[in-house]
Amino acid sequence: MEQQLASILDKYQHNPLRLMDILIDIQESAGYISEEAVGYIAPELNISRADVEQTRSFYHFFSKKPTGKYSIFLNTSVTAYMMRRNAVARTFEQEAGIPFNSVTRDGLIGLFDTSCIGMSDQEPAAIINGKIFPNLTPFRVKELIRDIRAGKSMEELVVEGYGDGENSNEDIRAVVNNNIRKIGPVLDPRYKPGEVIWDILPKLTPEQVIEEVKNSNIRGRGGAGFPTGMKWELCRKAKADEKYIICNADEGEPGTFKDRVILTERPKLLLEGMVIAAYATGATRGILYVRHEYKYLKTYLENLIQGAHERNLMGNDIAGIKGFNFDVRIQFGAGSYVCGEESALIESAEGKRGEPRDKPPFPVESGYLGKPTVVNNVETFCSAVKVLLNGGEWYRSFGTEDSTGTKVLSISGDCRYPGIYEVEWGFSVNDICEMAGAEDIQGVQVGGPSGSLVGPGDFDRTLCFADLSTGGSLIMFNYSRDLLQDVVLNFTNFFIEESCGSCSTCRIMPVLLRDKLKKILDARGVKKDMDDILAWAEVLKASRCGLGQTASNPIISSIRNFKHLYEQKIRRGTEYDTGFDLNMAMQDGMAATGRFPVTQS
Amino acid sequence: MSKQITFTIDGETCKAEEGTYILDAARKNNKYIPTLCNLEGIPPKGACRMCTVKINGKLVTSCTTRVTDGMQIESEDPGLDDLRKSILEMLFVEGNHLCPSCEKSGSCELQALAYRYRMTVPRYPFFFPRRNIDSTHPKIIKDHNRCILCKRCIRAIKDQNGKSIFAFLNRGHHTKIYVDPDLADKLTDELADRAVEICPVGAIMKRGDGFKDPIGERKYDKQPIGSELEQQL
Amino acid sequence: MEKPVIATTSLAGCFGCHMSLLDIDERILELIELVDFNKSPINDIKTFTRECDIGLIEGGCCLDENVHVLEDFRKHCRILVSVGECAIMGGLPAMRNGIPIRECLEEAYLNGPTVRYTNNEKIMPNDEELPIMLDRVYPCHEVVKIDYFLPGCPPRADLIWNALTALINNREMDLPYEVFKFD
Repeated sequence: MEQQLASILDKYQHNPLRLMDILIDIQESAGYISEEAVGYIAPELNISRADVEQTRSFYHFFSKKPTGKYSIFLNTSVTAYMMRRNAVARTFEQEAGIPFNSVTRDGLIGLFDTSCIGMSDQEPAAIINGKIFPNLTPFRVKELIRDIRAGKSMEELVVEGYGDGENSNEDIRAVVNNNIRKIGPVLDPRYKPGEVIWDILPKLTPEQVIEEVKNSNIRGRGGAGFPTGMKWELCRKAKADEKYIICNADEGEPGTFKDRVILTERPKLLLEGMVIAAYATGATRGILYVRHEYKYLKTYLENLIQGAHERNLMGNDIAGIKGFNFDVRIQFGAGSYVCGEESALIESAEGKRGEPRDKPPFPVESGYLGKPTVVNNVETFCSAVKVLLNGGEWYRSFGTEDSTGTKVLSISGDCRYPGIYEVEWGFSVNDICEMAGAEDIQGVQVGGPSGSLVGPGDFDRTLCFADLSTGGSLIMFNYSRDLLQDVVLNFTNFFIEESCGSCSTCRIMPVLLRDKLKKILDARGVKKDMDDILAWAEVLKASRCGLGQTASNPIISSIRNFKHLYEQKIRRGTEYDTGFDLNMAMQDGMAATGRFPVTQS
Repeated sequence: MSKQITFTIDGETCKAEEGTYILDAARKNNKYIPTLCNLEGIPPKGACRMCTVKINGKLVTSCTTRVTDGMQIESEDPGLDDLRKSILEMLFVEGNHLCPSCEKSGSCELQALAYRYRMTVPRYPFFFPRRNIDSTHPKIIKDHNRCILCKRCIRAIKDQNGKSIFAFLNRGHHTKIYVDPDLADKLTDELADRAVEICPVGAIMKRGDGFKDPIGERKYDKQPIGSELEQQL
Repeated sequence: MEKPVIATTSLAGCFGCHMSLLDIDERILELIELVDFNKSPINDIKTFTRECDIGLIEGGCCLDENVHVLEDFRKHCRILVSVGECAIMGGLPAMRNGIPIRECLEEAYLNGPTVRYTNNEKIMPNDEELPIMLDRVYPCHEVVKIDYFLPGCPPRADLIWNALTALINNREMDLPYEVFKFD
């Protein structure tokens, strides 16, 4: 073991800032991160055991105990449940002979739950030893467990054939489909990689690049919508010996998977965007932070970066521009939604717990290692390339006045054509439903759990920053769905699971709200419980980051837009109910003592 | 010396050096803003959110936000008072805070704030989590029942090489304080005393120590927390 | 005018709160002038004989019997007051909360050091006459609606006096700092 640990430490030069990579490698090679491993690497990195433990214990994919030779992580996202996850999970348990969150006695199979893995258009999906297995059925699960027991290799487990587009690339070989349904100017395949770097950048000063980006009015595509040009300008003006460009490819918002498709089909566009941002801001180093769930893209992306170096699109004197040096490394996450928040992402990239920082200072002043840092979404970088290629004015010809350009949407749920759609801002929810073949729709979750659940009365509202702002996740629910039980409860549990725990508000309040919601679902709710939820949730506004501040959105937006569903559930004729159930409260005590004298052997 | 600036807290004019955190600036002007995680001289980490104030209608933590010239800070209004009270109540239901049997009772900052805000009962249901008392270390006892995860011990207690002795373990509502067993073994008396002293609640206790001050003579028996500042007005 | 009627009970408590009520010293004579007592250990009236104005509850709910008594109080009292930490948050009995009741019972009757070698037949008390232990100790307001809360372990006599006279005279309680304590 020590030899293996030593070589992993050597690979990262015993650098504590690379603790994430070190732990990922240990997890992957040993199947878990043992006490002994923690005890071994801490002094080698010159940090305390506590420092290692705090990072190790934060991330979902790091385990203290063995996770099985085949570790199966089955997605718990709302769309997975809509596509019969329960039957799939049951079959996994029956076939493996163990409940979820445990490992078979022979150490062969481990079954675990995991939050949305970015496959909402091909659910239910599981990750087995890093490989994705989408579109699972009970039949397929039986095959998988049978083949695992028969000792088949990971490659041999695949019987579906590889997915469309680059998913079949020999560096990827994934059973994942892109499901690209609509291509717009950003995803347009008629694109010559490196064209902007070679032909346009040398003719422009960094200031001119920023001017063009500002002229396009493009705003951040991750959801928050900060003007990109301004962000770059702030970073440009910040004085420092080193600056960083970070691409946020941690898309963890349930229901979003567009970055996965861009990373698969247009990675060169993304990398080119990062190079442009580096030129504009004066950054010399870049980090592509990719969520752990997309680790199957690792070799592919690494080779592309290598290729960019070979073609002088990265490295030193890029495209012949004297002194323009820029290099990108890939940082994988290890299972944490909150790392999609830019400052949490930076913490994570520094090898720490993914806890958001207090702001200000913002990353443009003090980001990675305290240096000025631009963090942009995958799609933002891609759009910037097209802005430089065709001009800001061209870009502004798409979309609405306050939301220029296009947006890549991830559409899933009850529709005939789930997948990726690049549309101009300003589409209404109705348009989206028609486009995706969604009929008889009861509600649409716009912007994932942190967005809002809207009903038919709001379907003429439009997607744009001024109205329905979104990072691109749209989940459709038809009238067969129990919105409160299937959707709102699932999302609230998601927020509970993914809270970093640093702020008191976000650590505690979502649990309280979930319990209230359950009380209502258990038919013990009264009108006061709805009032309590609305009043209690206010405290979340005092949370440090967006996750905490939006953690009550599923419940609050559903009370607002689907009040009738709550009113159907709450008790009539009584104003007060503590929810106390004497019979339930007595069960354990009765079981422990019995009704007649019990002699224990 | 850096520039003196003027700002207001609840309409009253205050002065401070530019770049001071609002909470510290308020202290210097004898204005009390409640906090459970802030410690003078230690970098802030808005963990408890108790010191939340309003600036231009926006909620910010005063321990992490610096004052600027002309800043108008709202700190005491019914909305903010209720926000702080509700945070206190959340902390009370999250852990197992059995004041009657706690050595820190009477000198506990969480309890003192609950007195100050006249909390008779939390509006939320109690979690009653199962937590343990870690008495495996030679100098200190870590009672997880009482911990409010303020991070003071994490931030303020480092060994002579600057290494962390305390750290967060897990995340979300499973978060708890991890005590590094190796470094806790070598903990000096000085550092152990300091850890006990800075813990706002009774979550870190010194071995063989407790109930030293009689009831009636404890820190907050007679005067509310914060009154030491306010009385100087 | 008829005097207000008070009832009191101790559920999963130690009677310390009742003791504290008696700690109002000579004011007890004043209290007798002000109110009548109905069901209460103070006068040993075991069952409600009339509707009451104020019910003082000491202790939380640890047994099914506590729940029945508490519900009876809710039925017969216009105002219910949780008196003391046990009624408010379970108090020391709630130290068992979080530990499954089976574990608690087994520790108490089968595995604990005082019973391990003496309870050879491994008997767990389970006579039908015995009340049933609940899965955890419940604060009173998590079982029925409680109108007021008087913190303390026990609440200081002055606090109880202050609150009682306020309730009787229909004025606001002022809960002075010096007597507003959780211990």
